[in-house]
This record gives sequence, structure tokens and C-alpha cells, in this order.
Amino acid sequence: MSRLNDANIKLAHELIARYPRPKSALIPLLHLSQEQNGYITKDAMQHLGELVGVTSAEVYGTATFYEMFKFEPVGKYLINICGTLSCALLGATELMHHAEKKLGVKAGGTTPDGVFTLAHAECQAACTEAPTLQVNYRYRLRVTPNDFDNLVDNLRDGKLKAEFPEHGVLSKVRQIIPASRAVGTFAPEDVTQAPAWLDGKAAL
Amino acid sequence: MSKTFVHAPGFVAGDRPKIVSSRFEYADSHTLERFLATDGYKGLRAALTRPANEIHDDVKSATVLGRGGAGFPAGTKWGLTPQQVWPRYLVVNGDESEPGTYKDRLLMERDPHQLIEGCLIACYAAGLSQCFLYIRGEMAIAQERVALALNEAYEAGYVGKNILGSKFSVDIILHWGAGAYVVGEETALIESLEGNRGMPRLKPPFFPAANGLYGQPTIVNNVETLANLPWLLTHGVAAYSAIGTKTSPGTRMVAVSGHVKRPGVYEIINGTTTFRELIYGEEFCGGIRGGNALKAFVPGGGSAPWFTPDQLDLPFEASQIGPAGSMLGSGAVMVMDETTDIPAAALSLTHFYAHESCGKCTPCREGGTWLERILRRVVDGEGTDADLQQLLEVGAMICPGSFPHASNEKLGLTAVPFPYKMTTICFVGPSAFAPVHSALTLFRSEFEARVKKRVTIPVTAVAAGASVGSPVGASR
Repeated sequence: MSRLNDANIKLAHELIARYPRPKSALIPLLHLSQEQNGYITKDAMQHLGELVGVTSAEVYGTATFYEMFKFEPVGKYLINICGTLSCALLGATELMHHAEKKLGVKAGGTTPDGVFTLAHAECQAACTEAPTLQVNYRYRLRVTPNDFDNLVDNLRDGKLKAEFPEHGVLSKVRQIIPASRAVGTFAPEDVTQAPAWLDGKAAL
Repeated sequence: MSKTFVHAPGFVAGDRPKIVSSRFEYADSHTLERFLATDGYKGLRAALTRPANEIHDDVKSATVLGRGGAGFPAGTKWGLTPQQVWPRYLVVNGDESEPGTYKDRLLMERDPHQLIEGCLIACYAAGLSQCFLYIRGEMAIAQERVALALNEAYEAGYVGKNILGSKFSVDIILHWGAGAYVVGEETALIESLEGNRGMPRLKPPFFPAANGLYGQPTIVNNVETLANLPWLLTHGVAAYSAIGTKTSPGTRMVAVSGHVKRPGVYEIINGTTTFRELIYGEEFCGGIRGGNALKAFVPGGGSAPWFTPDQLDLPFEASQIGPAGSMLGSGAVMVMDETTDIPAAALSLTHFYAHESCGKCTPCREGGTWLERILRRVVDGEGTDADLQQLLEVGAMICPGSFPHASNEKLGLTAVPFPYKMTTICFVGPSAFAPVHSALTLFRSEFEARVKKRVTIPVTAVAAGASVGSPVGASR
């Protein structure tokens, strides 16, 4: 079973209601599903399809396009090491070799205890602080081999739980739109008039 | 309040006008409290006291250029929407992933309210009734900061129904990506926002302003572009135009990375600051590490053709960079010193674009992969002379005709101006070829030193058994 649980179904309906067309909520819902289960399962895709009104094949089509969605279990901590130019100029290749040795797995592999998955990554948008890595999409900058060893040891000892939530959890903060403040959304075909403030007069 | 500079050491130095990074010096720059204490939402208030069309005119006359890569003026873009077609949407492009670039992530993490205020001003001016703020999936901290800021802004009445008690109402919906470089292309971004695979749409229509999200008029603006609007509305068009040049007014955020002493993201004056000042200036990067010589630099993100020291005195002015054979792109300079292995550097970038090809256009899907494989062979010392020719031929199938490159006195090269012709819908395919072409044109000897000259063994000799057991293609 990896359909969304009741609490997440409630969240899913809130997300869907924010878009003019339900399918727009698909990527946020896939993240929600991955947060619940750690990866995306067939049952989950079936369920998300039901929620937004498309077939599970369409959900599969969308999900498989994006790098962050995983279709088999990955480690509790996904370590992505950047290898694009700025990082490559400042030791990313050596860092990856070191990481492979330290964890005992090749890039793309998961440690037998299921704690770490090591992966190559493309530009992480922190180029001036090369070489960089992300643990579950949270940064470590100017990483030396020694830093890497400490990071792995501390993660394994559970010392960094507050900074790095388990794989699947993305943002720890959700957007909340209070009902009293929401404008609400409408299907495009239901809107035929210009917005009220385009009447040629100041709004305030 | 203590001043911290965790991610952007560049902000420490210099006394320059700051339009978008003015709050970065505060550790709590992302909070509503700090924002309100430093002129926050003042631009919005100023905008709402005037009719919407006047605000649109301001943005047009200030020539706020798009900061995403193409440099298209925002005011003109807003004006491309067809008359009397409703609803219109705003989609904020926060899917920053161009190699070398990270100004948008900083703007979202350090000053999310400024971005929200910019979104609101754009929606008011252009009559956009819903805003979708699309943030790259791999930026967890940016998502958290923007979510927190939106929650604060909704509570305080800056976003949602009847903003500041006026008749202006708009929702801003936070949306996450999930890891795909190509989604930074505006039509791919719209596809992704519709819940589909993020592949660019066929053109025409050339602008989503005419036909975008759900087929409706849609404005897609970059994060930095929108972040300029609060300052513009607070200080006025004249003050904005007084900074920079007539064709490139204001400032722009530039990330300088690679082999410099003080890499960082700097807010520089548009149009006048030169690459020499930026790379060697004491208030910027302070020169090359260890006093090494500069070999080459990428002036505008991984997609841009490379420059060499010959081009150091060019300013950040699109009308000069284009004819010089490259582009300013997304504000990212990557610096390579004399120790750089040029073929390997080109491979790093070509691998990126080959990996990020969405697969829709054959020249990019197949060509990008070919370029990467051939280049890898050359870098690994397994290539031949013919491979170098093949690289250029494959590239010509993605970009027919002469590909832009910089002039070079030593090599006797004259510049071929930007842009190029292309056989693909978007720029990912040509971008895979850009580093290969630049590296091969400017540093061909490094490739030649790498390839093995193979000897072809006549078929008859093989048939006679003369070379059985001996390697085919002995290295020189």
C-alpha cells in the first residue's frame, strides 16, 4: 500500500484547489507521495491519477521526466556531488573518488545498510563555493575530503537530523493560504472580464 | 544586527549602488520584520496609488531588461498580451540551473519578500490575475524561505484578497520543480506547471504572452527581473535610469566562480563594469588564484561561447558582447587559469547539456550524446584526428553555418557575432556545442596533443595474415 494516507489526501485536495486545472498539482503531489513513502510506487501513481483525473500512465509519463523522483528505494540520505564546470575546476572529481572509497559504493549505488545513496549531480547553483554537494537537497559548501568524512560519520551517528530530514522531505515549511485571504482559482473558461483594478483608476 | 555572509563573500567589498541585494547584509533579511524596517512593500504601496497602466509605462520607460538570459525588456514583454483576453497569468521562473549561475537562489533565500513585492507590482501593472512562483526542486532552503515569507505576507494582508484594503486581489501560489534544467525554458516551464513532461513547445507562437499557461496570455519573468521592481517603484524611473547605461540600465547580479581569489555573487553596475574590473578589481574577485595567468573565461553561463584575455576590457553590455561573439546570458562568469585542462573543461559542460536534453529534438538528443562520447574519447586519449573533425560536423547539424566565436590576436581569428542558427526548438542543443566549439577554435593544439594518429592497415595485409595479433592502429 502506498496510496496517500488520510492526512496527505487532505493536503492533496488543498493543493489541487489552488490551480485552475487539477493536473497542475501533479508535481507537488508526487513530492508529497515521495515524502510519505521515500520513493514513488505504482500504487501511488495510480492514486495520484485518480486525484487529479488522469490515467496512471500519464502520471508515470510526468514522473519519469524529473530527476528527483525515484522509483525504487534510495538511502535515507541521498548525497549528490556536483560535477559541473566550476566544481570540476576545483576538485569535484577527486571528491567523488574519495566519496566512493569512503562509502564503499560507486556513484549511483546505495550502501548495504540503506543509509546512503551516492550520486553524480549537475550544477547545484552554488558555483562560487565549489566543490559542493547536497544531502537531500541541502548544501554543504567548499567540501574537502576531511569534511566529507565528518559529514558521513555525523549523519550515521544521527547528529544532523535537525538539518537534514530523511529523503523525500523537501521543504519543511508548507504554504498556508488562509481561507479568509484567498482569492481562489477559476477555470480559464469561467473568466471573461478584465480584473477589477484595470478600470483606469488607482487601486488605493 | 550581526552581518553574516555565508554564501556570498562578494557582498563584503565595495560601495556600489544596490538595487536587489540591499538587504543581504542582514542575517534576518528574509523576515517580514526586517523587510518592513527597510522600505519593504513601499514600492507596492506607491504602485497602488496610481492607475495600473502608468506603472506599466514606468517599467517600459525604465527599460528593465529580463535577467534570465535573453535580456528582453520586461515592459515590452508585458505589452505582448492580446487585448481583452482573460484571465492572464504570471509565472515566475525560479528554476535557475544554468551552469555557473546562482543569483536567483540568493534572491529567494535572502530576500523573498522583495520577490513577492515584485510579483505583486507586475500583476497589478499587467492585469495578471494569478501568480505561480516556480522554484527549482533542488533548492530546499529557497522553498522554505519563500513559503515562510508568503505565509507572513498573506497573514499581514500583502497578498490575496483586497491587498492593503484596495480593489487589487491576487493569489501567489508556490510551486516546486523536480529536477530538469530544460524547464528553465519558458514554454517548458509552462508545460511543467501544467503537470506534464517539461519539454519546450513548438514555436510559433514565440511568446507565451500570446498563448501560454492553459492557452491563456502568460507572462514568464525571471526572479531577478521582478526583484528590480520594488526599488524602481520606490525611487522612480529617473533614479533607476541614472545607474548603468541607456541600453543597459540598473545593476545586475553576476556570479564569478572558478580560479579567482575571491569568488562571489556581485551586484555590478550594468553596461559599464568590464570583465577586467570584475576578475582583477580589488573590490571584486581580486585576480587569479596564486597569481596565475588567465587562460579563458565563460562570460554568460555554461551556454555562452568562451572569451580569452583578448576580451577582458569588454563591459557588461549586450550590444557589445553579441558582436564580440558571445552573450551575457544569466550573469555567470566562470574563470579558468593557465593550469586548466581545456578539453576536460569542455567535456564537463557538454556532458551537462547532453544529460539535460529533454529528447524532443533529434539534433540535440542524438547530437549532444555524440558530442559527449567523442569528446570523452579524446579526453581519455583514445581519440583520433578524425574525431576532431567529427565534433565540428556533429555541431554543424545542431547549428548550421558559422558558430559564434571571439576574436584572437595570436591565432589571427576575427569574431563571428552572436547568435547562431539552430535546428532545435530551444537552446539546450546549441549549448552542448558551444563549449566544444570554443575550446576547439581557441585551443586546438591541446586537442591535437591528445589524439592518437592511427595508421590504417591495408586490407590486403590483414588478409595475408601479416598483422594478425598486432594492434590495429598503433599509436604514434
